[in-house]
Amino acid sequence: MAFNEPDPSAPSPTQVKILIAGGFGVGKTTFVGAVSEIDPLSTEELITTASAGSDHLAGIEGKTTTTVALDFGRITIEQHGIVLYLFGTPGQQRFWFMWDELSAGALGAIVLADTRRLEDCFDAVDFFENRGTRFLVAVNEFDGAFRYDPDEVRAALGLDPRVPIVLCDARDGGSATAVLRALIRHLLVAVPSASV
Amino acid sequence: MTAGDEEVWVDAAAGPLVRPYTVTAGRTRPTVRLDLLSLVVATGRRPREMAPEHAEALACCRAPTSVAEVAAHLRLPVTITKVLLADLLDCRAMTTQARHTAADPTDRALLEKLLDGLQRA
Repeated sequence: MAFNEPDPSAPSPTQVKILIAGGFGVGKTTFVGAVSEIDPLSTEELITTASAGSDHLAGIEGKTTTTVALDFGRITIEQHGIVLYLFGTPGQQRFWFMWDELSAGALGAIVLADTRRLEDCFDAVDFFENRGTRFLVAVNEFDGAFRYDPDEVRAALGLDPRVPIVLCDARDGGSATAVLRALIRHLLVAVPSASV
Repeated sequence: MTAGDEEVWVDAAAGPLVRPYTVTAGRTRPTVRLDLLSLVVATGRRPREMAPEHAEALACCRAPTSVAEVAAHLRLPVTITKVLLADLLDCRAMTTQARHTAADPTDRALLEKLLDGLQRA
């Protein structure tokens, strides 16, 4: 096997993390798969939660362990030495303990929304608003889904007028990449220009 | 017992036959601090004793690989994967690669590079 001793002089890559949040079945896995240079990979994280009323189990920690899916993908921007990692996971409030680790060091976030079940993304919007993580809302236009005006979506989510809403087809790499660019442009808007 | 009876017990819905923490001999905390984006790479040194999962982890880390990616390849939860990788780091079968996490959303130069890279993607 061709193992190489790691070269300490090799330039260390700059890692960037972007989060994809949204309810179950909204297209997070599809979105990550559409833009990732590697096959969409899924792993899971163990959730350990204290279970109520379990103190009769003397000597056993009152905890139950379950798992939550975690999708991820990678985009290498070779010419700038940047590796962009995308993490997708359910945004429901009960998973927020995991979002704490995920959102630490994240550049920004995309909240994927399905207009048929808009309430599924309320928790994710709350989370990013509370944490001060900059985000945008991407409406995944499923076939046959009733098309809402972005303004209607904004009103339904009670979204700050500065948070962009974009439409996308999560199955389409070009469309999903455009959402990533929209997020970066949204971040750039808040950065004071150096030439003022 | 017929073959049909056995099928009742061994199917996908029954879940994994080996509980996750069995793989780590009951350990739940890695001895080295790793996060999802930590990069690990095999050094070529083979540990004297190795579980099949350790061997698999080494095999997918011939180039620097993120912890999240190793977990996906091993089909194990991230927490478990971190414990296994820490074992391999402890016996120097693996090493971590230096990396830099850019997390400043007001870093204009970084954002412009990203935008440029994504335009070409």
